Amino acid sequence: MSKLDSKIPEGAIEQKWSKYKSSAALVNPSNKRNLEIIVVGSGLAGASAAASLAELGYKVKVFCFQDSARRAHSIAAQGGINAAKNYQNDGDSIYRLFYDTVKGGDYRAREGNVYRLAEVSNNIIDQCVAQGVPLAREYGGMLSNRSFGGTQVQRTFYASGQTGQQLLLGAYSALQRQIGLGTVDMFTRHEMLEVVKIDDKARGIIARDLVTGKLERHFGHAVLLCTGGYGNVFYLSTNAMGCNATAAWKAHKKGAFFGNPCFTQIHPTCIPVSGDHQSKLTLMSESLRNDGRIWVPKKQNDTRKGNEIPEEERDYYLERRYPAFGNLVPRDVASRAAKERCDEGYGVGTSKMAVFLDFKAAIERFGKVQAKKSNIENPTEAQLKEFGKQVVEEKYGNLFSMYEQITGENPYVVPMRIYPAVHYTMGGLWVDYNLMTTVQGLYCLGEANFSDHGANRLGASALMQGLADGYFVIPYTIGSYLAKEIAVKAIPTTHEAFVAAENEVQSQIDKLFAIKGTKSVDHFHKKLGKIMWEKCGMARNEKGLTEAIQEIRVLRDEFWKDLRVTGKQNEMNPELEKASRVSDFLELGELMCMDALNRSESCGGHFRIESQTPDGEALRKDEEFSYVSAWEYKGNNTYEMHKEDLVFDVVHPSSRSYK
Amino acid sequence: MSTTSAKFLQSSLGKKLLMSLTGLFLISFLVVHCVLNALIFLNDGGVTFNAGAEFMAHNPLIRIVEVVLFIGIILHIIQAAILTRQNNKARPVKYAVYNGKAGSTWYSRSMGLLGTLLLLFLIIHLKHFWVLSRFTDEITSGKETLFNEMKEVFGNLVIVIIYILGVISLAYHLMHGFQSAFQTLGWNHPKYTPVVKAIGFGFSILISLVFAAMPIAMYAGWIK
Amino acid sequence: MSTGNMNLTLRIWRQNSGKEQGQLVTYPVKDISPDMSFLEMFDVLNEQLVSKNENPIVFDHDCREGICGMCSMVINGRPHGPKSGITTCQLHMRSFKEGDTIVVEPWRAQAFPVIKDLTVDRSGFERIMAKGGFVSVNTGTAQDANCIPIPKDDADASFNAAACIGCGACVAACKNASAMLFVSAKVSQFALLPQGKIEAVARVKNMVAQMDDEGFGSCTNTGACEAECPKGISLENIARMNREYFVANIKQ
Repeated sequence: MSKLDSKIPEGAIEQKWSKYKSSAALVNPSNKRNLEIIVVGSGLAGASAAASLAELGYKVKVFCFQDSARRAHSIAAQGGINAAKNYQNDGDSIYRLFYDTVKGGDYRAREGNVYRLAEVSNNIIDQCVAQGVPLAREYGGMLSNRSFGGTQVQRTFYASGQTGQQLLLGAYSALQRQIGLGTVDMFTRHEMLEVVKIDDKARGIIARDLVTGKLERHFGHAVLLCTGGYGNVFYLSTNAMGCNATAAWKAHKKGAFFGNPCFTQIHPTCIPVSGDHQSKLTLMSESLRNDGRIWVPKKQNDTRKGNEIPEEERDYYLERRYPAFGNLVPRDVASRAAKERCDEGYGVGTSKMAVFLDFKAAIERFGKVQAKKSNIENPTEAQLKEFGKQVVEEKYGNLFSMYEQITGENPYVVPMRIYPAVHYTMGGLWVDYNLMTTVQGLYCLGEANFSDHGANRLGASALMQGLADGYFVIPYTIGSYLAKEIAVKAIPTTHEAFVAAENEVQSQIDKLFAIKGTKSVDHFHKKLGKIMWEKCGMARNEKGLTEAIQEIRVLRDEFWKDLRVTGKQNEMNPELEKASRVSDFLELGELMCMDALNRSESCGGHFRIESQTPDGEALRKDEEFSYVSAWEYKGNNTYEMHKEDLVFDVVHPSSRSYK
Repeated sequence: MSTTSAKFLQSSLGKKLLMSLTGLFLISFLVVHCVLNALIFLNDGGVTFNAGAEFMAHNPLIRIVEVVLFIGIILHIIQAAILTRQNNKARPVKYAVYNGKAGSTWYSRSMGLLGTLLLLFLIIHLKHFWVLSRFTDEITSGKETLFNEMKEVFGNLVIVIIYILGVISLAYHLMHGFQSAFQTLGWNHPKYTPVVKAIGFGFSILISLVFAAMPIAMYAGWIK
Repeated sequence: MSTGNMNLTLRIWRQNSGKEQGQLVTYPVKDISPDMSFLEMFDVLNEQLVSKNENPIVFDHDCREGICGMCSMVINGRPHGPKSGITTCQLHMRSFKEGDTIVVEPWRAQAFPVIKDLTVDRSGFERIMAKGGFVSVNTGTAQDANCIPIPKDDADASFNAAACIGCGACVAACKNASAMLFVSAKVSQFALLPQGKIEAVARVKNMVAQMDDEGFGSCTNTGACEAECPKGISLENIARMNREYFVANIKQ
């Protein structure tokens, strides 16, 4: 266990971060100019970190595979960002946000990290507003809040259904400003393919220019991975097509431990799969659950349209099972409940793998309020509907039209069909309080690390964590490391370690081309996704996981025997890019299953069928599993697990009940 | 000219501002021109019209405005030529299929063409009347009146058709140009822009109809 | 609108690199489900090409939910295809019918050179942004977010401008390949907020100068950009930028 030191500062939980900040080593401004930092990934975490570090005076290089930092998938986050501002006077506080996050994460996160996250959440909102991020406002000119994802207070800040976009554009504009000032070198359409280590410290990366196909060497005194989650291991997910685990996985193979790989979040409200051609899944914001009601028919295999099924034949199963939280139970609970109903044969739609999300009641309710506002005494049915529809359109119009666009159905009339889909990965590279991985000088921020969400992330917390890490944590913590590095001159990329790393990447590429098989990359990716979804998805058991591990190994062998990569290396070649990413997914998938197999408890997004209460709720086993599983790569697809025990001084684990 | 204002005028927005201002100025000229010429419809044998023409010909202020007007026209044309050239360069490879009508009107995309037609028409038009009154002594000597000249020119059917075509070009040019000038000046407002657009549309049609009526009426002999 | 599966003829722009000539190549595709997205139809075609050991068609795409702004195809002469208010990735095949011929081309503009097939280089937008598409506020210097009240209407208008996804459809649609809608959306977002007003003069001047340097055409107010913008960015923004620019030049 000695290998894992979380480096949580001593002292009371409220003091840890401020004490840390005031005692952390600083780097003299004139030295900062000589220190180079590589940031891989330009989403919320990467862009905010790069901009903030450049403002401090470091020399920063940023890499992203897209054609612009603005395209990172943070942009797709819809709902909002949490902060403990308590602007609504409804009893929120830093402590409460901290508490909710630890509890929501099913007591599998570090208290110290989460408290810091809650603390800096307020600074994020201040920063974003100052940057000109147009967050939603009330008529009095003050910021507006809504409640989100099963919290009892209104602490979520938002910008229509495009909060992620607006926050990312804020961070992106800060980044562009630094690029304009010459303090950041931006490398778009570049993909990191290897970490370069010299004397056990991360000192650079090998990246492939995706336009020319050339491999490049880049030096940095420190390397920050801000490369997002690995949800695409499932092939179908709400992630963007390009989201991948390659940077994190290469780092893992170079010595960075992988924390809690099995913790994946399945989001309950996505548009269901429509056929084999499906390439990705689209999320419908969780905010829909504030007003929509989720149900299935009481009869199995009911083929009627949703609007044709009378009230008394509907089973509002969330309201039935969880009267206290109803439709607003956390994501993991809502997802599993939907799966349970569908598995029992109550699913709807052609695939029978969907449940209804219905706005009928909301339309009626809003209609009445609106009629009252307009002083209409005895409104007709049609009037009420029209009024109600208007309110719903104002609140959720963009989501409704998105749904109609994809499915061809009008959700104002026919209830939406939804089904859970892979959305977020709580697991990721293990990092300490400084956000440093087990490789010296190699940091990991945002969704790519494992840190703050435990086994389940609450809604509107991903944006918070990405920006917290980038704006307010790394600028302090990186100083502690770099203060010791000021004597290190930039290492020329002719150094043998760079040469060796590049050769490694080159031989991997050559290997991929040399297979000359018959099957496309997508063929293997889809197969992997199917295994993962069926056996390491919403519900897992020992038998399935053991099988999955075997199947993945077989698939991986097949991949290396029968893959076909068209085109050449020295050109823009998306097939090659995909092949390299999928080859990593094929390894990561196995590790996820191993981790899921090891954790024979149910917690958060990880539900082991063997571990449930008599009434089918998740059963956590704190005595056995109150730890972070951090996996060390031992070469040749073997791994060793290390445990970081989780200590709860402040919040005492209790069972999560939403009844 | 200071360097910053030179920069301003060289910028795409600066050039557009010039287009807009000269365009609006030319529109104001059209109004005066149209009102004066409409005097023929008094049908008094051209007495009032000739008096008006006389006044315009001898008023020194008008002579200065005339120079400004020509500068305006030339600026408008030169800027248009430069902008068109730049705009063509901005898309060296054309689309195989371009469905422009999906997002814009044909005449808004054809201002250069319409403007060129107008220029050709203007040359013909100036030759007919302006050259006659300014560079010959036909009118100053009293040998001929502008009214009679009109009658003579518009006695020719081909010329009448050319004038009508010219006026149609003008109508479409104005339909886009009028509201476009306001947009370029930055006057876009959810409440007032629809009004500006409606006025622009009405103005374009009205002024073109009045202009077109002149050769038609003369040719048909409605005006004695 | 189609319900059954379709057979279509695609004519797609193939160009190996910016230095080489390109041309439209015809590909028949069979059995296309109306529930497929346009890009999923491309996936199917690419699968076919790979199985024939040919190079698949390279096109930009990422989020496939209409927000990242990466996808960029001119479909039958319209950026992002025949339906208004959506991106290419949100276009579904039910918008086409059996037997249709669909011509797919890249964004065409001097400032957006083709990299390969349907992929173009939009880094010009990045350089424009770097010249002023920001508020110069360093991390950590901000005061409480509610210190400056902002009228809801201003915040909403600013948001509407900020909804731009930077896809470049405005440039692709404009007969002059002008980037005015993109640039004006960013200028407007900040011009409408007290935080952005402080640097308004320098911002608009620098961004317009860079826009001109990139080789985009000028605006002739045809309105094609607004009509083809997947996010409905309004021409009002262009007028606002004109205003901002003139005022900025009067001031300094």
